[in-house]
This record gives sequence, C-alpha cells and structure tokens, in this order.
Amino acid sequence: MLNRLKNIGLMTLVVSALTIGGFSAANAAGASAYPLKKYDWPHAGPFGMFDKASLQRGLQVYKEVCASCHSLDMVAFRELKALGYNADEVKALAAEYEFPNGYDDEGEEKYRKGFPQDYFPAPYANEEEARDANNGAFPPDFSLLGKSREHLSLFTPWNSIYGEDYIVGILNTYHEDAPEGVELAEGMSYNEAFPGNQIAMAPPLFDDMVEYADGTPATTEQMAKDVATFMYWAAEPKMEVRKKMGLKVIIFMSILTIMLYFVNRRVWRKIKKGDDLA
Amino acid sequence: MTTKDQVEHEEGVTRRNFLYVATGAVGAVGAASVVWPLVDQMNPSADVLALASVEVDLTAIPEGQTLKILWRGKPIFIRHRTAAEIKTAVADNGATDLIDPEDDQARAERPEWLIMVGVCTHLGCVPLDQRGDFNAWFCPCHGSHYDISGRIRKGPAPRNLEVPKYAFLNDTTVKIG
Amino acid sequence: MGSSNYQPTNKAVKWFEDRLPILGLMHSTLGAGYLAPRNLNYWWNFGSLAGFMLVVQIITGVILVMHYTPHVDMAFRAVEHIMRDVNYGWLIRYTHSNGASMFFVVVYIHILRGMYFGSYKSPREVLWFLGLVIYLLMMATGFMGYVLPWGQMSFWGATVITNLFGAFDFYEGMGESILHLLWGGFAVDNPTLQRFFSLHYLLPFVIVGVVILHIWALHLPGSNNPLGIDAKGPGDKIPFHPYYTAKDLFGLSFFIVILAIFIFYMPNIMGHPDNYIEANPMVTPPHIVPEWYYLPFYTILKAVPDKLFGVIAMFASILIFFVLPWLDGSKVRSAKFRPTTAFFFWLFLINTLYLGYLGTKLPDEIMIDMAGGIDALTMGRISSIFYFAYFIVIVPLVSRMESTKPVPISIAQSVLDANKKG
Repeated sequence: MLNRLKNIGLMTLVVSALTIGGFSAANAAGASAYPLKKYDWPHAGPFGMFDKASLQRGLQVYKEVCASCHSLDMVAFRELKALGYNADEVKALAAEYEFPNGYDDEGEEKYRKGFPQDYFPAPYANEEEARDANNGAFPPDFSLLGKSREHLSLFTPWNSIYGEDYIVGILNTYHEDAPEGVELAEGMSYNEAFPGNQIAMAPPLFDDMVEYADGTPATTEQMAKDVATFMYWAAEPKMEVRKKMGLKVIIFMSILTIMLYFVNRRVWRKIKKGDDLA
Repeated sequence: MTTKDQVEHEEGVTRRNFLYVATGAVGAVGAASVVWPLVDQMNPSADVLALASVEVDLTAIPEGQTLKILWRGKPIFIRHRTAAEIKTAVADNGATDLIDPEDDQARAERPEWLIMVGVCTHLGCVPLDQRGDFNAWFCPCHGSHYDISGRIRKGPAPRNLEVPKYAFLNDTTVKIG
Repeated sequence: MGSSNYQPTNKAVKWFEDRLPILGLMHSTLGAGYLAPRNLNYWWNFGSLAGFMLVVQIITGVILVMHYTPHVDMAFRAVEHIMRDVNYGWLIRYTHSNGASMFFVVVYIHILRGMYFGSYKSPREVLWFLGLVIYLLMMATGFMGYVLPWGQMSFWGATVITNLFGAFDFYEGMGESILHLLWGGFAVDNPTLQRFFSLHYLLPFVIVGVVILHIWALHLPGSNNPLGIDAKGPGDKIPFHPYYTAKDLFGLSFFIVILAIFIFYMPNIMGHPDNYIEANPMVTPPHIVPEWYYLPFYTILKAVPDKLFGVIAMFASILIFFVLPWLDGSKVRSAKFRPTTAFFFWLFLINTLYLGYLGTKLPDEIMIDMAGGIDALTMGRISSIFYFAYFIVIVPLVSRMESTKPVPISIAQSVLDANKKG
C-alpha cells in the first residue's frame, strides 16, 4: 500500500513537472511590463457566461466609436443573436449597412442593404488606405484581438494577462502629456499599458461619448469594459457552448472513470493477492 | 439444496455482472455521443445555412423582365410578368400539349411574379429567357420548350420548372427558401 | 503478433478465420492470447494512451481537412471558419490542437518509463529504435501541423526551424540550395504551406505503420516490467485480456477527464496567442518560441555559439537516445535496483525540464541573481553540458561500476514476498 502511494505520488510529481515545464514555459514570453488591473469578468472561470447587456453596450461602442478605424472581418450579423437580439433586431442591425451589389446599366456600382448573412464591412478598402488615414499605422482587425493579446500561464496564473484586461488597460491608461524625459514621435500618444508606451492610436474614448440605451453611465472605464467583453465574444463566440458541454463531458467521464476503477479492481482481485500462485 | 458458499458465490457473480454490464452501457453511451459531432460536422455549416434563404427586393425588376439570382448554388428566375403574359399562362391551363399538367394559379402565388428554379428538369441545364416556341424559356441542351408559366410543353424534359418555397414578406420583398 | 491459439466456437467466425485470421491476430496482440507480466504498474498505461491519442489525432485531423484550405490567402480564415461556422468545428479543432500536446506528454512519459525501468536494454533494442523513430516522426508532424493555421507563430516558427537546415553549408551556396528546396521558393510561402500540409497528412499514417512494427517488436520478447527481470514461469504472466484491458480502460477514462479539462476550459493555454494573428512576412513577433515539446532541444541549439555545431548538437541530443542500449552496460535493467542510476535519472529529468524552461527565455535574461547575475545563455550551456554528460559519462560509468541491489528470482516470487509482508 505504502509503495503504491509512493508510486502515485511520484507519478503526479513527474506528470505535473512535465506539464509545468512545458505549458507555463510556452506562454512566459511577451508580457507587458505594466501591471494591468485585473477585472472580475462575468465570463471568466469554468461557469462564467457572457453578460448580454454588456455585450450589447460593447457592440454599440464598437459601432459608434471603434468601427470608424477598426474592421471586424470575421463576425457576421447573424452571429449577433448571441448578444441577445432576436431575428428581427439582427435584420435591422444588418440593414444599417450598405454593400456593393453589382453594376447598373451605366456601369456605376449599385448598393443594397445588409442581410444577416453579411459580415461587418471594413472601414477601409485596403491596408494602404487604412495606413494613409491613420498616420502610417494600421488599426488591427477586431475579430481575434481578445485572444491574440492574452498570455495565459497555467502554473503561474499571477503572470497571466487576459485579453480583456489588456484592452481595458490600453483604453484607460492614456496620458495627456508624456512623462518628462520621454520623447514622443510625431502623432503618437503616451500609453502606460502599451508595450513601449508609444501608441499610434489617439485616445479613442471620452466620458459620455455614447449614450447607452439601458441608462448605464458611459464612463471611459465602463465603455472600455463593455467593448473588451464584446471583443472577447467576437474572438471566442463558442465559449458558452464550450463550457456547458465541458461540464457534461467531465461529469460523465468522471462517473465512467469511477465505474471502471471498480471494474478494474474486481477483475484484478485474485491476481493482486497472488491467490492463483498459492 | 444450496450451500452457503454457493449462495455467496452466485451473489458475487450477479453483482459482478451488474457492474460489468452497467459500465459497458455507460461506455457505449459515451462512445455514441462522441460519434455525433464527428458526423454532424459534415452537415451544412452556419455560414452555408445563413444563405439557405434569401430576400429579394422586387422594386428593381421592371415589368416584362426576369431577374436571375443564385440561391443554394442554383439559378432562380424571378419574372415580373405582364398582363398579357398572365392571360396567356392562365388560358393555357387546359392546353393539350402539357406534359406535366398544372394550373398557372398553382405556380404563382401572385400572378405578376413567377418564381422558379432555373434548372431544366431534363438534365440540369439552365434554360434561356424569351426563346423557344412559346417565347418563354428554352433549354438549349436538348431542346425543351417551356411556356410563360414555366410548364414543359415540348421536348424531352419530364416536369415543369420547379417552383421553390417562397413567401412575400410585403409587396416589394420576397423571401426565397 | 505471433502464431495464435485462437479457437473460434462460432461456425461463421471459424469459416472467416480460416480464410483471414485477423481475429486471431487481435487475440494474440491485445486479447487473452498475449501474456504480459503480472506486475506492470500504471506507468505501463502510457503506451496504450499514446495509441489512443494517435487515433484521436488522425480522426480529428481527417475531419479538419474537410473544412481547411492550404493556401496562404485562405488558411487563417479557414481555421476561423472551422471555429465559428462548422458544426462542432471548435470542438474538433481544440481536440486536435490540445490533443497534439497531450500526445507528446503521454509519449514523453512513455519514453521516461522505458529509461527508468531499462526497457531499452537487450533484447528490446529494436523496440526502442522503433519508438524513437515514432518520436522523430511525431516531432516532424507536430511542427508541420503548427504551420497550417498560418498565424504569426506558424510562419516565424517555420522560418526559424527551416533555416536550421541552412547550417549545412559545406560548400558555397549549399545551405541556400537546401533552403530553396525545402521552401519551394525563396522564403516560407504558399509552396511551403502546401508541402507541409501534404506531409502533415501523410506522416501520421507512416507513424501507424511504425507503431505496428513497434508492437510486433514488443511481442517477440514480451513486455518489460518494473522489476526488469525476465518473465519466465507461468506464474509470472497473465493474459492481457481481461487484466490489462480493464486497467488500460480505467487509465484511458481518467486521462480523457484530464484531456477534457484542457479542451473545454483552457483550450488556448498550450498555444501562443500570436498565432491568432495572421502570418505577416513583414513583421517578426518580438519573441519566437517553438511549441513546448521542442523547447529543451531549442535551448541546446541556442547554447552553441556556432550555427552548424548548434544544429548538430540539437540533432545529436535526440539521436543519442539510439545508442543508450550500449551506453548502459549494467546487467540489471530496472533502476529500482540501481539507486545511483535512479538518482542520476531524476537529475537528468529535472535538468531536461529546466532546459525546456530556458527555451522560453531570451539569452540575456538573468536566471540566477548572484555573482553579478547569471544569464539564460550561461545556464543553458551548463544544462546542455550536463545533458550530454549524462549520456556520455554518467550512464556508461555508473552502469558499469554501481553495485546493484539484489534482484528477485521471479516475478511470482516477488508477489508472494510482498503479500507475506502485508
């Protein structure tokens, strides 16, 4: 028995050492030096689900503020149902946009209103136009930003940087003037959370910039949190269904594991004791 | 007569069998539920399903014209019929050369709008507009003539041009599919 | 996989078996016909787990191919199409990406088990070789698979790793020619992506072939066991089925729970976030890190100041496993009876994990804050030297000089002794 316990202990040690060595390592790089404020996101953790009201507010901030520079290429209007809109509301949201629709008899481009199956249109026709309009910088697409800025560490969670915290950090830590001794390049702003502190994006959010339909005060921090939630949803739209299925799978497999443990013990009973040898 | 030993033995067997059968059953349920995602991934994906129905704005189609759109990978003909065409179509309901007899009223919910899948029922070619013996649709592949209701009148095609499922959302918008 | 004593009772089965004895083959491979030592511990579960992961990777991989497009303009978007639109696509892709990491975890434990209990020693050298071939094929497959999503780490990982082969620059332009051949162009680009896709699809089936040879080579001498002694008498062995099928199923079920935790609750923890940015040949990420399973070898590469010798050292660090059966001169297999060997084995494991950790560090990062600070490069060199010293000096000397503990006469005897003690 003692020997067996020792073996199990050893096994746990080796397995966890291997995993620690591997996984925490794979993510250690690239952290920002700025200590980001960690928020309690309602969608964090194994049971966390999206705050639908916040998602809708985030969509509003994206549409009214961010969308003038940032595309959202991979999200279709039909997916907005996940934000709590019904089919008619989704249709109306899509119809706010226009899409090229072939050419008329004079060879001029024709337009039609958007349908749920359309994707969010990009603000610029191409990267060159985007750079030209933004002082040479290219505003990144929003579809995957929520995931491509996070640096997760399984065994040193205190070093993990979550995409949402990073986005809020960027939006909240602009300084009007660079600290003394820091020379800002032409057209750059000073930002504490951004690696290198010089960011090409001018401060995008100001208090009361948008008017929320649900009456939530539109502080800069609130807008940043809402748009970060929205961006994380855009990056990981299947999160809710994933976590719900995960719970079922893990409960099911745990039961099966326990049953198989007893099956195994029953099968081995005589052999373990060495009864067949005596 | 059974001895105590035998009873114990048999109880042991039953208990053991129950454990084995129950575990096997649970395992089988697990295996079966793994199979479903592996099969379902072959079904049309969300972006494909989103295109399963299209809404068409009818204001852009003048009388006497046909709009062709692509729906579920096939051409759809939306014909804005003239009063004369409607008259001809209805009058031909009793024509003797109908291969697949059908009333025009059954083919067009609103007589001025004829909506059909533009695929010849013979071998799948796309018929041409305003051609053939009936100045309606004519399939160039094997010479099938359709009338202004899309009914097969002459040639090898066995059935009339298919009418898809559609619904008028209002006077100017139709939803196909 | 030898001759079978399988005797079907059903007439139809017997008719079929007479014409194609495949059930007999299964019976003697994984059924009651294969006699295995009775004392295998849970470390012996990892072989069947590796087989399971190979099947999972092939099934999910074949499915992913149904929705993926190997083209630089479409690959990144195709993966997101799988993640967003395909029914259960996110589940299949996360299983495949996390499955790759778990496959390596399982195989690493399987290899370490072989090292600790001396499973590479005579008469199982060819079995060990075939295992190493599988491991090398896995490394190639994993590397090429990571390129397919065409994210930033895909592209730059591919660039860095393929450039290693440019080190073989023995005459003017040779390195460059090798690179052009690998890339199908002058940099990692669409031709590279397409050939990696082709090979990533092919190699797993090659692995299946080698796995069959691996199992064949296992069944001739039979499984090693924790005592490392030959199983001789009938009391030493038990049929694989039902004993080890039950044990393997229990282990498998437990393992799936662990796998599920990763797939459903931390699916991106083993990947690099930069891989959710589409590949851009104009922008290098600030810090390129390979997948975790290559990290120890990556550190050895970085530790050598010369490009060619760095690459040679890196390949040597893996290929040296092939000569392990002859470096180890001990008559006793299991480290259970070789305390000094066991001690150095654990030291080797810790050192290799540390090498992996160093793989993520920039060369000038300070690892130990003393004597003015010792940086990652220096630590990497020390660790690399120990890594090779383990094989070249420690194993040959310790195995020949160590006085081993007494080995039981038979497996059956050790079971009886253990029971007597309670």
